[in-house]
Amino acid sequence: MSLADAFRITLRAIFANRLRSALTSLGLVIGVSSVIVLIAVGQGTQQGVTDRIHGLGTDLIFIESSRAATTSQAGGIAGLAETTLFQGDAEAIEAAGIPGVVAVAAQVSVEAHAVAGSENVGVEAVATSSRYADVRDLEVASGTFITPRDDEGRGLVAVIGSRVAETLYPEVEPVGQEVRLSFVGGRLILPFTVIGVLEEQGGANEVNDQVFVSLEGMAQRLRFLFTPTGDVRVTRIDVQTASGIDEDRVKEDISNVLLYRREAIEPDFTIQSQDDLLKAATEVSTTLSILLGSIAGISLLVGGIGVMNIMLVSVTERTREIGIRRAVGATAADIVKQFVMEALTLSLFGGIAGIAIGVGLSVAVDGRELGGQQLTMLIQPWSVVAAFFVAAGVGLASGSYPAYRATTIDPIAALRME
Amino acid sequence: MIHLRDVARVYSAGETAVHALAGVSLDIDRGEFVAIMGQSGSGKSTLMNIIGLLDRPTAGEYRLGERDVSRLPEDARARLRGRGFGFVFQSYNLLPRMTALEQVELPLIYQGAPDRRRRAAEALVRVGLADRIRHVPTELSGGEQQRVALARSLVVNPLVLLADEPTGALDTATGEELMRLLTALVDEQGLTVVLVTHEAEVATHARRTVRMRDGRIIEDTGARAGARAGGTAS
Ligand SMILES: Nc1ncnc2c1ncn2[C@@H]1O[C@H](COP(=O)(O)OP(=O)(O)OP(=O)(O)O)[C@@H](O)[C@H]1O
Ligand SMILES: [Mg+2]
Repeated sequence: MSLADAFRITLRAIFANRLRSALTSLGLVIGVSSVIVLIAVGQGTQQGVTDRIHGLGTDLIFIESSRAATTSQAGGIAGLAETTLFQGDAEAIEAAGIPGVVAVAAQVSVEAHAVAGSENVGVEAVATSSRYADVRDLEVASGTFITPRDDEGRGLVAVIGSRVAETLYPEVEPVGQEVRLSFVGGRLILPFTVIGVLEEQGGANEVNDQVFVSLEGMAQRLRFLFTPTGDVRVTRIDVQTASGIDEDRVKEDISNVLLYRREAIEPDFTIQSQDDLLKAATEVSTTLSILLGSIAGISLLVGGIGVMNIMLVSVTERTREIGIRRAVGATAADIVKQFVMEALTLSLFGGIAGIAIGVGLSVAVDGRELGGQQLTMLIQPWSVVAAFFVAAGVGLASGSYPAYRATTIDPIAALRME
Repeated sequence: MIHLRDVARVYSAGETAVHALAGVSLDIDRGEFVAIMGQSGSGKSTLMNIIGLLDRPTAGEYRLGERDVSRLPEDARARLRGRGFGFVFQSYNLLPRMTALEQVELPLIYQGAPDRRRRAAEALVRVGLADRIRHVPTELSGGEQQRVALARSLVVNPLVLLADEPTGALDTATGEELMRLLTALVDEQGLTVVLVTHEAEVATHARRTVRMRDGRIIEDTGARAGARAGGTAS
């Protein structure tokens, strides 16, 4: 029997039982579409995280206290008293003249609400020094960034990100205006004078939603930031390095400077380069992708079992048909061909519909918000190709055993059946 | 053409063995019209199935023409069955939801034969169903369905047509009509027919009657002396 004839028989059988065929394929539709969607979510998340890390700038090294919680985790100021990192550390690193270190800036970042007139917006308030503009390559659209004079003084000055400026001052020029920052749910409210607006940053850049204030000014108001020796507690130190340098070497030099300052052997800080962050993020999202992929894989397996189940039922139901076909000259191979092709066709229908739905769904939800998080979907061509071949494989696998069973049917008994 | 020598078919059902055929020797020539009669359970259908290569003997020899087919592998039997034999059963055995034309095409599909449509249509014309080509079984009378089955067995130009109680489900008049059709095919086109029947009336159409009991042939009106002695005339 030619393949074309076998395919004609297959289509007949499938269309004779439209609803059942559709339901059988549905298992694979769901399996294949979820494989594609979940892989797209996993890869999209990875892309998003990678973009954010790249968005920080280039050739950066981050030092964090291994004890204090960062802003997003602690959500407030309370955790700051725990930190083991200081403004003095940043100055020491800068003063050490480590080859490859270009600029160093310490920061305290806390979540806050920025209020101006009747407008208000949630921001990340970053208390830092004038050096931060060099570290992060920040340019002002108007006014100035925090100046070295602000580093010394008690003034409460703020430089706001472009999106913050748009929200708070839709009508007026922000520079010179007052912005009030409200911390820890309104229990602490401080008035700042806007001295600059940052240029808009492209891509997934956090800077647009940040407000930069002078660290010294803040410490004067939040006295607990001061240590007994007059140093200022910070949550993070960013180091800008020259490009093309040996990062590990710089990390080690920085570590030595900090350990020397502490007269300690064990570090109470962590030093990570952008590459370290990228590696960690990739590791996390690879694990995530594998996890999501396996969940989707299970639904594919279930779909395959569904196909096999229906094929077994179908073989039993068509015992007499099989007997008739054998009587008019069908070989065992012809019978196998018929049933395997039927399972394969059902699976491929399901697979192709699943690809269409999976890709469609991924495109439809790309960029939408889900629980405050923006979904980034990255459809991987390999996942589409793989889903297609897995569907084909499922079809072959789930059709083979029923087809074999069909060949063991005794045609004489089958023909006698009423 | 058909030469059976001491053919036995034993079914082992648990402890006891059923001798459906207990040593049958039979020769059938081209163009013969043989009726096989006998009580229920005497082995008629078993004999037909062995002749038609649906079943294989547990002992004995089966030669088709010059060829020993008793120990042919399954695939070769399937192909030879499709080309060499046409079956007509009491219960028609048509496929549901397929038109008469498609039913008749079926054996040709498995042969990979060319010109299937035309040959199938011609076979339907031969059995007088030219105007029922597009009908499915549920739209056909019993007699018409049996004629579709007949056309399906004729379309391959078989060596032998094997009909197992073809009139069993038909009323007398329709059965008679079918028998006249068969007789005409034997007379005018030299078809070889082996027919199993319970009805003496039906058997009268045949030129030769073989009577069976308990898996043995007890009477054969056309037996030639050579058959039992192992002659090879075909
Ligand atoms: N698959 C089987 N397993 C066991 N015994 C069987 C099997 N098929 C047939 N038989 C036995 O073989 C014997 C002959 O059966 P067969 O069908 O050839 O009889 P028959 O002459 O065609 O009868 P009928 O006129 O009722 O159709 C019977 O005794 C039957 O019970
Ligand atoms: Mg019988």
